[in-house]
Amino acid sequence: MRFFAPKNNVLPGFRLAMGFTLFYLSLIVLIPVAAIFIKTAAAGWSQFWQTATSPRVVASYRLSFGVSALAALANGVFGLLAAWVLVRYEFIGKRMVDALVDLPFALPTAVAGISLTTVYAETGWIGQWLKPLGVKVAFTPLGVLVALTFIGLPFVVRTVQPVLQDLDREVEDAAASLGANRWQTFYRVIFPALWPAALTGATLAFARAVGEYGSVIFISGNMPMRTEITPLLIVTKLEQYDYAGATAIAVVMLVASFSLLLLINLLQWWSAHRGT
Amino acid sequence: MSAIPLHPLTPNSNLARLPRRTGGVQSFPNAEPAWIRWSLIAVSLAFLASFLFVPLTAVFWEAFRKGAAVYWASFQDPDARSAIRLTLLTAMIAVPLNLVFGVAAAWAIAKFDFPGKSVLITLIDLPFAVSPVVSGLIYVLLFGAQGWWGPWLAAHNIRIIFATPGIVLATIFVTFPFVARELIPLMQSQGTEEEQAAIVLGANGWQTFFRVTLPNIRWGLLYGVILCNARAMGEFGAVSVVSGHVRGLTNTMPLHIEILYNEYQFAAAFAVASLLAMLALITLAAKTAVTWKSRGPLEDHANHNSTGDAHEH
Repeated sequence: MRFFAPKNNVLPGFRLAMGFTLFYLSLIVLIPVAAIFIKTAAAGWSQFWQTATSPRVVASYRLSFGVSALAALANGVFGLLAAWVLVRYEFIGKRMVDALVDLPFALPTAVAGISLTTVYAETGWIGQWLKPLGVKVAFTPLGVLVALTFIGLPFVVRTVQPVLQDLDREVEDAAASLGANRWQTFYRVIFPALWPAALTGATLAFARAVGEYGSVIFISGNMPMRTEITPLLIVTKLEQYDYAGATAIAVVMLVASFSLLLLINLLQWWSAHRGT
Repeated sequence: MSAIPLHPLTPNSNLARLPRRTGGVQSFPNAEPAWIRWSLIAVSLAFLASFLFVPLTAVFWEAFRKGAAVYWASFQDPDARSAIRLTLLTAMIAVPLNLVFGVAAAWAIAKFDFPGKSVLITLIDLPFAVSPVVSGLIYVLLFGAQGWWGPWLAAHNIRIIFATPGIVLATIFVTFPFVARELIPLMQSQGTEEEQAAIVLGANGWQTFFRVTLPNIRWGLLYGVILCNARAMGEFGAVSVVSGHVRGLTNTMPLHIEILYNEYQFAAAFAVASLLAMLALITLAAKTAVTWKSRGPLEDHANHNSTGDAHEH
C-alpha cells in the first residue's frame, strides 16, 4: 500500500484505516457478492437463461420494474410539489410535516407493509372511501404501487429541496420584471433548474422500489403472474430449495441494481457539471 | 459522486451543507396568488397524509384497539420476548462493528488523497443498491447447506444460516454504509488543518483522533449510529431469508410481526409493530435535533445577513 503514500500529509493512521476498510469491505460485501456471480457462471448459461426468462419470472419483472417506474413517476410529480410547498410556503405544522417526510426510511418495512394493508383494505380508513368508486387497492397491482410509492417518497423531496433552497430568487424577479407571468417563470426559469435533481431523486426511488420486499408482500396478495414481485419469487424458490433458480433471478436483479447505481452516478455528475 | 448518496436519510442529513435560505412568500412581488398557494399546500398535504400520517397513526390505533390489557399481554408472550432479545442482540453486534468501519473508512477517505477514491465510495454504497432479499441470499450461498462452505461448517457442527450468526451477518450487510456515509462528507468539509496542528504540537494519532476529530464529528457520528441502529432493528427481507423462522429461536421483531399478522393476531402484530414505530419516531426526532444542532449557529448567522424575510427561525 506504499504507492498510495499521501503527499504533504503528516497525519498518521492511513495504512491502518485503509487496511481495515478494505479488509472489512471485502469480507462483508465484495467476496459474498462475487460468490453469487461465480456460482451462476458455474451452473452454466443455458440453465441460467431458462430460469431467468421463464414466464412466471418474466411476469414478475414486468410487475416489479413497471410498477416501480410508475411509483417513481408519482414520486417525481408529488415529490416536486411537496418540496416546493415545504420550501416556499408557510403553514402551521410545516416543521413536523418536513420531519415526517423521512418516515419511509425510518419505519421498518414490515411495519409499513401491515399498516398500509390495513389502511387500504376494503374496510380500512382509506380503502372504504375508494371502494364505492370501484377502486380496489389491497391485493391488486395498485396495492403494489401504493407500497412502492410509500417506500420511495422521500427521495425526490430530499434531492429537490436543497436545490430549491439555493435557487436565486432574483432570477425569478428579473423574469417577472421582464414581463413573464408566474407560469412562464416557473416552466422557463424554475423548472429547468429543478428537473435534474427531480430526475435523480426519481431514479433513486426507482432503484429502491425494484428491490423492495417487506412493505410489498403484505399488500400485494402475491398471486403468481399477477401480483408477485421479483424479490418474492427469489424467496419462493429458496423455500423450495431451488438454489440455482433463486441465484439466477438474483443475478438479474444485481445486474439491474449495478446499472442503476451507474446511471445515478452519471446523473449526479451530469447535473453537477451542467451549464458550467 | 458523493453529493447524493443512495441511502435515504442521508441526502438531507449532509451536515456539511451550507445554511439554507428560507423565504416568506409575501416579500416577493411575483409570488403565486393565494388560491394557488393554498391549493398546492392542500394537494401535497393530502398526498403526504394518505401515505405517511394515516398509516403511522393506524399502527398505534390498531395496537391499542382491543385495549391496553391486550397490548401489554402481547409482550408477555415468550416468543415476543425472545424476538425482542434477538433484535437487541443483533443490533448490539452489528452497530458497533459498522461504527468502527465507518470511522476508519471516513478517516482514510476524508483525510487522505489516493487513486480510486470514488470507486471505493461507490463500493461502500453497494449494499444500499442491493435488494434486501438478495443480501440475505448471498450468505445462504456461502454458508448454507448447499453453499460453498456449507459442508465444512456442517462437519464442524457450526450453524450460520438459520441461526443467529447468519442474522447478524445479513444485518451487518444491509446497515454497512450508514455511519461511513454520514461521516465522509462531514469530515471532508472539515479538512485536516486542526489535526495537522495537533500532530505538529506533539499529539500522537489516537490523541489527535479523540481530542480533535471526535469532538468535531460527534453529532454526525451520533446520527449515523441512530440510523444504523434503526435499520438494524427493523430489517426484514435480508433477515427473513437467512433466519429459517424458528419461533423463539431465530425470529427477530419484524419476523415475529409477520408471523402474528399471518395468523390474524392483528392486535399483537401491531403491538410489536408499535415498538418499532416508536423507534422510527425517535429516529426522526433525533435527525431533526442533530440537524438543528449542527446547523443552528450557521443558520442564525445567515439570518442576520439576510434581508429579513427569513422569519421562520
